[in-house]
Amino acid sequence: MRPFGYLRVDSVDEAVRAAAGQPGAQFLAGGTNLVDLMKLGVEAPRTLIDVSRLPLDRVEELPDGGLRIGATVRNADLAAAPVVRDRYPVLSQALLAGASGQLRNTATTGGNLLQRTRCGYFQDTAKPCNKREPGSGCPAVDGAHRDLAVLGHSAHCVATQPSDMAVALAALDATVHLHGPEGERTVPATDFHRLPGDSPERDTEIRLGELLTAVELPPPRAGARSRYRKVRDRASFAFALVSVAAVLAVRDGVVVHAALAFGGLAHRPWRARTAEAALHGAPATEEHFARAAAAELAAAAPLRDNGFKVPLAQSLAVGVLTELADRADRAGRADNG
Amino acid sequence: MPTADGRRDGADGPRPVNGRHSALTLTVNGTPHALTLDHRTTVLDLLREHLGLTGTKKGCDHGQCGACTVLVDGRRANSCLLLAVAHDGRRITTVEGLADADRLHPLQEAFLERDALQCGYCTPGQICSAVGVLAEAADGFPSHVTPDTAPSGAPVALTADEIRERMSGNLCRCGAYPRIVEAVADAAAAGAGVGGR
Ligand SMILES: Cc1cc2nc3c(=O)[nH]c(=O)nc-3n(C[C@H](O)[C@H](O)[C@H](O)COP(=O)(O)OP(=O)(O)OC[C@H]3O[C@@H](n4cnc5c(N)ncnc54)[C@H](O)[C@@H]3O)c2cc1C
Ligand code: SF4
Ligand code: FES
Ligand code: FES
Repeated sequence: MRPFGYLRVDSVDEAVRAAAGQPGAQFLAGGTNLVDLMKLGVEAPRTLIDVSRLPLDRVEELPDGGLRIGATVRNADLAAAPVVRDRYPVLSQALLAGASGQLRNTATTGGNLLQRTRCGYFQDTAKPCNKREPGSGCPAVDGAHRDLAVLGHSAHCVATQPSDMAVALAALDATVHLHGPEGERTVPATDFHRLPGDSPERDTEIRLGELLTAVELPPPRAGARSRYRKVRDRASFAFALVSVAAVLAVRDGVVVHAALAFGGLAHRPWRARTAEAALHGAPATEEHFARAAAAELAAAAPLRDNGFKVPLAQSLAVGVLTELADRADRAGRADNG
Repeated sequence: MPTADGRRDGADGPRPVNGRHSALTLTVNGTPHALTLDHRTTVLDLLREHLGLTGTKKGCDHGQCGACTVLVDGRRANSCLLLAVAHDGRRITTVEGLADADRLHPLQEAFLERDALQCGYCTPGQICSAVGVLAEAADGFPSHVTPDTAPSGAPVALTADEIRERMSGNLCRCGAYPRIVEAVADAAAAGAGVGGR
C-alpha cells in the first residue's frame, strides 16, 4: 500500500474544502471497500479525508412524509430503523441481503452507493481493465464474465454494479444529495450510476471532490407493498447474481403502481421502465407479470457464460410481483370481510 | 484519559507527526494506548504486531472470512479493514478481553462445552462475532431471515436459522458450523446477550 496523509474533518464544508485543496485525496467512510482496494493497489490515494464522523448519521422523517438518510448512517442501523422497516421494507431487506453483520456495522450509506465493481479483472492490477486503466482493454468480454452484465454493457466494459441497497433506492425513486466546490445539487438515484459506454472509469455521476451528504426518499406510495429478493451462489454473504426490488400497488385486481429494478444485470441498478409501462393498468396476474418481465428482458444481450441470468431474472421478477399481488389480495379480502 | 498534549481522547482527531504518521489513542480491552502509527496500519496489524495480542487472527485480510472480528465500541467489525488512525478514541475489545478475570465469557464456555472447534483458527473471530450477534438480537436488529412481521425494535429470538444467517460473515474451514450454532444457541438461551454492550 502506498503511504498516504490522513485528515479527519468535522463538517461538510471542511470536507469539501479539504478535497478541493488536495490533489489525489479521497473520502474515507467505513473503509470496507476503499481499504480493501488500497491493499490490492487498485486505489492509491495521496490523502484520506475521513468523513466517517461527520454529523450525517441520522435518519430523519421529512415534513412531506419522506425520509432523509444521512451519508454516514451505518448500513446495519439503516436496516434496523423502525421507519425503514415499516414504511420502506424493500430498503431494509436489500441492506440485510448484503455483506455480513460485521461489514454492515461499519459500512455507510455513502460508501455503499459508491462501492466499486467486484469484477475480478478490476481487482487484479496485473490485468488490463478499462475501468481501472482507461484504454487498457476489457479482458472480461471474452474471459471470466459469468457474474457480469447482460444489459446496457458496452465493448469497453461489462461490469455490474454490486450494491444491493442501490437497487432498492432505484425502485423507491430516491434522490442523491451531493455537495461540492460549486455548491449543492441532487441526482435521481436511477441516474446516479452510469452505463459504461466508452468511459467505464466513471461509475456514477459524482464529480471530483463532491461529497455525498444524504439520500432522500419520497413518501411511500399509498397502498403499495415492496420487496427485495436476491439470488446468490450461497445462502448468505455473497454478492447478487440477480436481484429484484419491486414496489407494487393493486386496486380491484388491477396494477395502479409498479416500480421494478434489477440488480446484478448491469452497470447500474436496472429500472425496468418497459415492464412498468406494460404493468400499469394490467390485471395483477402471474400471466401479465410474466409478459411484462419478458418485454423488459427482450433487450438482454448475454455474454458467452452468463445467459442463465436472463431466465433467472424473469422468474425472480414474476415471483416477487406475484407474492406482492397475493399479499395485496389477501389484505383486500381481509378488509372486505 | 487526556493524552500527553492535553487533548481528550478522540475529541480533536489524531495529531499528524508527519505526512504519513499520526499520534493517536486507542483503548484496547480497557487499557488506553498512546501510539504513533503509520496511517496504513490496520487495527488487526496494530493488535497483532504492535500490541502482541495475537488472539485476533488474520485469515483473508479482505473482509471475507471474519477471523479478525473484534468489537469496536461494543459492535462487531472486521479489524482487517479498519485503519487504526480512523479509530482514535475508540474502545476495541478482542477475544483476550472477553473473560472477567478468571471467569470465561459465557460464549467461551459454550464453545468449550460444545467442542465447537477443530483447528481453532476461526474461533476467536467466531466468539467475538457471536458476542456481537447476541447484543444485536437483544437490541432488536433484524437479519435477512427475521420475518417482516416481527415488531421493529423488539428483541429477536435466536433460532438456529437466525444464528446461521447472523454468523455467515465467519467462515470455518474445518466445518465446525453445527456445533458453533449450538454453542451460540446455548449462550443465547442462558441470556448472555442481555447487558452485552
Ligand atoms: C466480503 C465482502 C462482501 C460484501 N458483500 C456485499 C453484498 O453482498 N452486497 C452489497 O451491497 N455490498 C457488499 N459488500 C460491499 C459493502 O457493502 C461496501 O464495502 C460498503 O457498503 C462500503 O461502505 P463504506 O462506508 O465502508 O465505504 P468506503 O470503503 O469508506 O468508501 C467506498 C467509496 O466511496 C467513497 N465515499 C465514501 N463515503 C463517501 C461520501 N460521503 N461522499 C463521497 N464519497 C464517499 C470512498 O472514497 C470510496 O471510493 C461486501 C464487502 C465485502 C468486503
Ligand atoms: S468488465 Fe469493466 S471492470 Fe471488468 S475488466 Fe472489463 S473494463 Fe474492467
Ligand atoms: S482477516 Fe479480516 S475478514 Fe478475513
Ligand atoms: S475450527 Fe478450523 S477454521 Fe474453524
